[in-house]
Amino acid sequence: MTGTGSTVQPRGLARRLLAANAWLVYGFFYAPILVLIALSFNENRLVGVWRGFTLDWYAQMAANTAVLRAVRSSLIVAAASTVVATVLGTAAALSLERFRFRGRRAFDALLYLPVIVPDVTMAVMLLLFFVRVADAMFVVSGAQVRLGLTTITLSHVAFNISFVAIVVRARLAGMDPTLEEAAADLYAGRWQTFRRVTLPQMTPGVLGGALLALTLSLDDVVITSFVSGPGSTTLPVYVFGLVRRGVTPLINAVSTAMLVASMALVLASVLLQRRRGPA
Amino acid sequence: MTRTLVPEDQPAPPEASQELERRAADARSRRGLWIASAPAAYLVLLFALPLLIVFVYSFATRGTTGQTILADWNITAYARLFNPLVREIVLRSVGYAAVTTVISLVVSYPFAYYIATRPARMRNVLLVLVMIPFWSNFLVRTYAWRVLLSSSGPVSQLTQLLGMGQTRLLFTTTAVVLGLVYGYMPFMILPLYAAIERIDLGLVEAARDLYASGARAFWRVTWPLSRPGVVAGSILVFIPSLGAYVTPEILGGSKTTMLGSYIVRQFLSARDWPFGSALSFVVTALMLIATLVYFRTGGRTL
Repeated sequence: MTGTGSTVQPRGLARRLLAANAWLVYGFFYAPILVLIALSFNENRLVGVWRGFTLDWYAQMAANTAVLRAVRSSLIVAAASTVVATVLGTAAALSLERFRFRGRRAFDALLYLPVIVPDVTMAVMLLLFFVRVADAMFVVSGAQVRLGLTTITLSHVAFNISFVAIVVRARLAGMDPTLEEAAADLYAGRWQTFRRVTLPQMTPGVLGGALLALTLSLDDVVITSFVSGPGSTTLPVYVFGLVRRGVTPLINAVSTAMLVASMALVLASVLLQRRRGPA
Repeated sequence: MTRTLVPEDQPAPPEASQELERRAADARSRRGLWIASAPAAYLVLLFALPLLIVFVYSFATRGTTGQTILADWNITAYARLFNPLVREIVLRSVGYAAVTTVISLVVSYPFAYYIATRPARMRNVLLVLVMIPFWSNFLVRTYAWRVLLSSSGPVSQLTQLLGMGQTRLLFTTTAVVLGLVYGYMPFMILPLYAAIERIDLGLVEAARDLYASGARAFWRVTWPLSRPGVVAGSILVFIPSLGAYVTPEILGGSKTTMLGSYIVRQFLSARDWPFGSALSFVVTALMLIATLVYFRTGGRTL
């Protein structure tokens, strides 16, 4: 807010209630996470009762081949889909923010849709699509298309393009267009202008978009479980399968590891944005 | 930026310069189209086409063994939406989403107001503290509640300690709504904060100077000015809550089935793809309508 005059700052009881509410909200946000982390070090098999500190569950996790396979799949899918989605999403953002062309409005709408459509619908759509493609390929060439890491990666790109594009567009819209004009006035070619002026300025947006894509890819359960085949489970899908059967110390340890990894990603992006200026 | 580099004191003949401008615009248009072509092609192939396939499947017939017969097109799947069981699930999902939205709004408004009235430096720290859990893995955060609420879990132990006996919250409506609020409340906080932070406090001050009470100044000045944030936040919470799948699967039971789980079941266990497709299509249509309402009321970002 602009200005903090004494008549507009809530005082007395109102002020204390506001502060109390804020602390309660932060407690609500962090308590479950902290409890989960603490319990992952609990020696007791019975999750709720504390008996002593142990790292056994982490040792068990590190020795569990199913978990390791799932981690590997997750990382492959996340890396590949993030790279492709970042390139395609950035291209989409550039075309929409810097050019007028025929079909621009339709493309704009198409780009927003994957954000609105619920996960479950997206999962259904992609499953039916891959089933039809597999049928067609079999009829045409006799080739067998199987659900696996490739179909998972293709699906993650499909929902991530839009998120990358939204982040990069926000950055492009906030950039000073006179700098690009100045470069053009000083006889910089189109490519030179892009390379020397536009690209360095939009980099924080591109990195922000890539981190968002990476996070969403590492988070996804529903879509992945629809388009993955036997032997190609990602970590969240594997954990989801275990969680539905109940709470175990092993899940606590795996969950804590996932939590720490994703928090490290968020912190990295916050620090990155701070150093590079507001995105 | 493309410019025709013609000295200003020597204007080119009007037709020639118009011709040049037109050609430059054409070239720009072609370049734009060329840059857009790859992402557009990807989205047409892996989004628009699949959506069309779902639409077509929703009119197909389910064979006796669960296979989908792409013939005998009919609207049986849509007629089934009015069957009492399906209606109950739809109404329950809408109800859960609505309650989640209201709870999030009631808690988030004072919270966002509190953050927005802090000094600028503190505001950023407080916001990052909201973002950290929000961005960390959704499945894990929901699982944390399963641990907390389980019959031998910390919440139950606390109530036993206080002499209130074991709590049985897991697999109930309360657990599902709690999980949804936990998962989606930041979607409410952020637009509310953005709206409240933008309000010119001079207006509130003016109201107070004109002898409005604090409450009156709030209802007549602050609240109406923050309305866009309220609408944006409500829709951003309502939409994902309505389509939720992970939360009700982990925290809910057989009596709290929501639309998301019901749709998944049509594909993975009931093997009724036409009906599942029809349900998916209807949910998507509902979300589109909600989103259009959002943009109509002045929402700009998602």
